[in-house]
Amino acid sequence: MATGDLALGQEQGELSTRDRVINDFSINVATVNGSGSQSANSVLLKSIFGMGVPVSGKNLFPSNIAGLPTWYIIRASKAGYVARKRDAEVLVALNPETAKDDILALPKGGVAIYEENLNLKQYRDDVACYPVPFDKITAAVCPEAKLRKLVKNMVYVGVVAQLLSIDLGVVEAGLQKQFKKKQKVFDLNFGAVKAGFDYAQEKLVKHDPYFIEQMNETAGKIIIDGNAACGMGAVFAGVTVVAWYPITPSTSLVEATTDLLKKFRVTPEGKATFAVVQAEDELAAIGMVLGAGWAGARSMTATSGPGISLMAEFSGLGYYAEIPGVIFDVQRTGPSTGLPTRTSQADLLSTAFLSHGDTKHVVLLPGSVKECFEFGYSAFDLAERLQTPVFVLTDLDLGMNNWMSDEFDYPEKPLDRGKVLTAADLEKLGGFARYRDVDGDAIGWRTLPGTRHPKASYFTRGSGHNDAAGYSEKPEDYTSVMDRLARKFENARKLVPAPVTVKNGTSKVGFLAYGTTDFALRESLDQIAKEHGVSADYTRVRAYPFAQEIHDFVASHERVYVVEQDRDAQLESLLKLDLPADQVTKLRSILHYNGLPIDARTITEEFATKEGL
Amino acid sequence: MATTTSAPGPKVNHIGLPVIDYRGGKSTLCAGCGHNAISERIIDAMYEMGVEPERVMKMSGIGCSSKSPAYFMSRAHSFNSVHGRMPAVSTGAILANHNNMLLGVSGDGDSASIGMGQFVHLLRRNLPMIYIIEDNGVYGLTKGQFSATADLGSKLKTGVINDLPAIDTCALAIQLGATFVGRSFSGDKKQLLSMLKAAIAHKGTVMLDVISPCVTFNDHEGSTKSYKFMQENDEPINDVGFVASFEEIDVDYDSGEVFEVEMHDGSSLRLRKLQEDYDPTDRANAVRTLMEAENNNEVLTGVFYINTEKPTFIDLLNVVDEPLGTLPESVTRPPKSALDALMNNLR
Repeated sequence: MATGDLALGQEQGELSTRDRVINDFSINVATVNGSGSQSANSVLLKSIFGMGVPVSGKNLFPSNIAGLPTWYIIRASKAGYVARKRDAEVLVALNPETAKDDILALPKGGVAIYEENLNLKQYRDDVACYPVPFDKITAAVCPEAKLRKLVKNMVYVGVVAQLLSIDLGVVEAGLQKQFKKKQKVFDLNFGAVKAGFDYAQEKLVKHDPYFIEQMNETAGKIIIDGNAACGMGAVFAGVTVVAWYPITPSTSLVEATTDLLKKFRVTPEGKATFAVVQAEDELAAIGMVLGAGWAGARSMTATSGPGISLMAEFSGLGYYAEIPGVIFDVQRTGPSTGLPTRTSQADLLSTAFLSHGDTKHVVLLPGSVKECFEFGYSAFDLAERLQTPVFVLTDLDLGMNNWMSDEFDYPEKPLDRGKVLTAADLEKLGGFARYRDVDGDAIGWRTLPGTRHPKASYFTRGSGHNDAAGYSEKPEDYTSVMDRLARKFENARKLVPAPVTVKNGTSKVGFLAYGTTDFALRESLDQIAKEHGVSADYTRVRAYPFAQEIHDFVASHERVYVVEQDRDAQLESLLKLDLPADQVTKLRSILHYNGLPIDARTITEEFATKEGL
Repeated sequence: MATTTSAPGPKVNHIGLPVIDYRGGKSTLCAGCGHNAISERIIDAMYEMGVEPERVMKMSGIGCSSKSPAYFMSRAHSFNSVHGRMPAVSTGAILANHNNMLLGVSGDGDSASIGMGQFVHLLRRNLPMIYIIEDNGVYGLTKGQFSATADLGSKLKTGVINDLPAIDTCALAIQLGATFVGRSFSGDKKQLLSMLKAAIAHKGTVMLDVISPCVTFNDHEGSTKSYKFMQENDEPINDVGFVASFEEIDVDYDSGEVFEVEMHDGSSLRLRKLQEDYDPTDRANAVRTLMEAENNNEVLTGVFYINTEKPTFIDLLNVVDEPLGTLPESVTRPPKSALDALMNNLR
C-alpha cells in the first residue's frame, strides 16, 4: 500500500500532466558529521554521472569530527552548470537536529525524503513528502548493529535512485568501483541500496516532477577533487621533497600526493625516490622546501591561510635569495581561524605580497581540476626557471569537492630545471657570479651544493648582497639586486599561464574573475543574456603578475566587473596597482564572502543593480 | 722511478688538499670573540679529517654565531637563513642531497629561544648534521641582552641579574634523541678539535654546545660565560681522544680507564674517564649527571652521550642512494601509462 503523502493535494494521475523537471535540480542530503554519509553521497553523485548527466557535488561540513550538521549538495545540470545553486529542490533529511529548518528551506514544489518518525509533513503542505522507515529497513539488511549507522546511508541512495528514476544497474556499477576487491563490503552496501530501492518501489507513490534521464554528456569525463588533481600535478612534475603541516582544507592534497608517490616512485628494491616530511609547523615546512630547493630538489608544501601567514618570513627569503619552491594554498575563510571548512578567495593579496620589504610573488590561479593538474606541474617549471617560490592558489570549493572534468593530458614538454651550472660548465667558464644577469633575462645561474668544483660554492643569505653573492650594504648593490628582481617579475608576465578569453565580442561591458568564481560567472552570463539582453565579455585571470592581455581587455571595455569571493575586492585591488591610472576607474566590484561558494544569481542580481537594469 | 726537481709543495691532508683550501673570508666579529677560535677548530678538523670541502653544506640562522660560516671553508656552499630556522633549511637541504655533509652553526638565542621549536624537532629526527651552538649567554648583535642559556644569577655589564634558569641544550639534546652530545669551550683547542673530528665521523645528530665568550658584552666579573669563569670552572667529564680511520693505531691504553667507541666510519673515539665510571652510552645517567652539575654550579665539558646504532632520519625515509634533487626525469616523472591508468580509474 502506498504511504506517500500526497502533499500537493494532487491525484497520482495528474503527475503526467505537470511539467517534468529533468536533469536540472539539486539534491541536499542533510546528515550528521561522522555518520559515514560521504561514500553514499559519492555513490549517488557518480550514479547521476553514470547516467550521462553533468553533475557536481558540494560538501558543506562543519569544523568538527562528529556530531555537527553536514549538508551534501548534488547538482544535476543538463546545461553543464556546476556552480552552487541557492536552492536545492530535493531534500534527504537524516539529521533530526536540522530537519525542520531543512524542510522549511525547500522551495515550493520541492521534495522531502525523511526518516518517518521525524514527521516533517507537519511543517510544509506545499512540498512532496516521502517518509521512509530508514532504521527499520537498515536493521533488516544489516544484522550487525554497529554497522547500521553507515549502511543506513546506502538505503537513502536506493530510495532516491528509485524516486528519480536512476538506473539501479548504474548505481551497482558505481558501488562496485567504490568497493572494488571488497566483495563483502559491496554486498552489504548494495543490499542496503536495493532495500531502499525496493521499499520506494513498493510503498512510495511518486508525486513530484523531478527525474534523472539518461544523457550522453559525461562520456570520457572523469570525476576528481582539486586537491587530488594538484597532487597528481606535483607527482607528474617529478616532485622529490614534500614538507607539510596538516591543515584543513589542504591536508588531502598532500595525502593524495603521498599516495601517488608510494604508487609510482618506489624502486624495485623498495627504495623511495622521494621524501615526505610532516613538519613541526608551517614555518618548518616552508623552511624545508627552501632548503631542498636550494640543494636542487623539486620541493613543495601545501597549506591554507593560517599556514600562509606563518610562511611569510621564509617567503621573503625565497624571493630575495632566489630559491625555487612550490606552495599550494587551498584558501579557506579567514581572518584568523575564521571558518576553517568554508571557502574563500581572500588570501590573494597577502600571498602576492607575502613577507616584509618589497616582496612580490608569482601566483598561479587554477580555475578547474584540470588546471589544478596542469598548474600543479608547471608551477615547478616556473619556480626553477624563475628561481623563486611559486604559489598555487586554489580554494576549499575546488580542492575538497568532486568535479567533472575532461581527462588530464600528459605533460608535453620535458621538465624545465632552470639555470644550473655543472662542474663541467664551471671548468669551461672558470667561475661564475650567482646573481649576475649574464643573459639579459634577469635570472642568474646557480650551482648546487655538492658540485665537485673549487669554484662551485657561493654564499646564500637573506641579508644584502651583491651580484657575486657577497655581503654588501652598498646602496648601489642593494638597488641593483632589487631592480633586477623587479625585471625578473616583469618577465614572469610572459611565462605564467595566459588568461583565458571566454568571450570577447563587441560588448562595452566586460567581466574578470579567477578560480572557482568562473563556474558561477559562466552561468550568470547566460542569465544576464537571457534576462537582461546583455551579452557581456569575460576573461578569466589565471596568474599574477597579470599578462598584457588583461590590460588589453580592460582597455577595450567601458566597464569591467571584477567578480570575486572576498570582502575587500582583492583581485580588483591588485589590478588597480597594475593598470594605468586612466583604466582604474573602469573597474567595478561584485563580491561574495559568506563562506559558501558564490552562486550565479548573486552575480546576476548585483550586476543588474549596478547597471540599473 | 721519475725524479722530481720541483720544490716541495705545501703540506697536504690525506685527500691532497692544503689547509688553505679550508679557510674562509676574514672575520668581521670582535677581536677575541670565542666564535673565531671555533671557526679555526672547524678548519683544522675538516682539514685533518680530509673532508672534501665541496661536500659540505654550511648552515646558519641569524646572529653573531650565524655569520661565522663566512669565515671558514669558502669552497663549501653556505646558507645563512632566517633567525631560528636553520634546522628546517638544513633538513630540506639534506633531503635533497644526503651525500653531502651538514655543518650548522647556531647561537644560544638562535637555538634556545626563537628557534627552540625547530631545534627540538631536529634532535628528535636524529638528522645527520653537526649542530654547533656558539654559546655566550647573550644577544651580541642587539648589544647584550640575556639569552635563555644565561645561568641563573649571572650578571650583565649593566648590573642586571638573570633571574630565570638556563636551558641546558645538552640535557635537552640527549633527552630528545640526538646521538652525539657534548660541551666544550672555545678556549680548549685540544678538546674541541677532538670533539669536532669525532663529530665528522659520526652518523646522526651531533649537538655540541661550545661556550664561546662574548668579549664585548659578557666577559666581565659576574658572568658565567666569561673566559675567566670557564678557565676556573671547566670540569671535563672525560678526556676526549680521537683516532681517524686512516690513521695508524697509536699507543696502547688501559681499557679500564678509557671508554672506546667505534665510529660509523671505522674511526675510534677514546674517552678517558675523569669522573668515576661515567658511561657515555647511558642516556638517563647522562641527563642526571648534567642536572647534578647544574645544582653544583659546575660547567661540565666533554662527550656526554653517544649512540652509534640509532638510525638517522635519512635511514628512516629509506631513500635511494643517489641525491633526490638530481634524479633524472626518467626516474621522477611517471610515464604516460601511469596517467592513463589513473584517468581510467576516475571515469
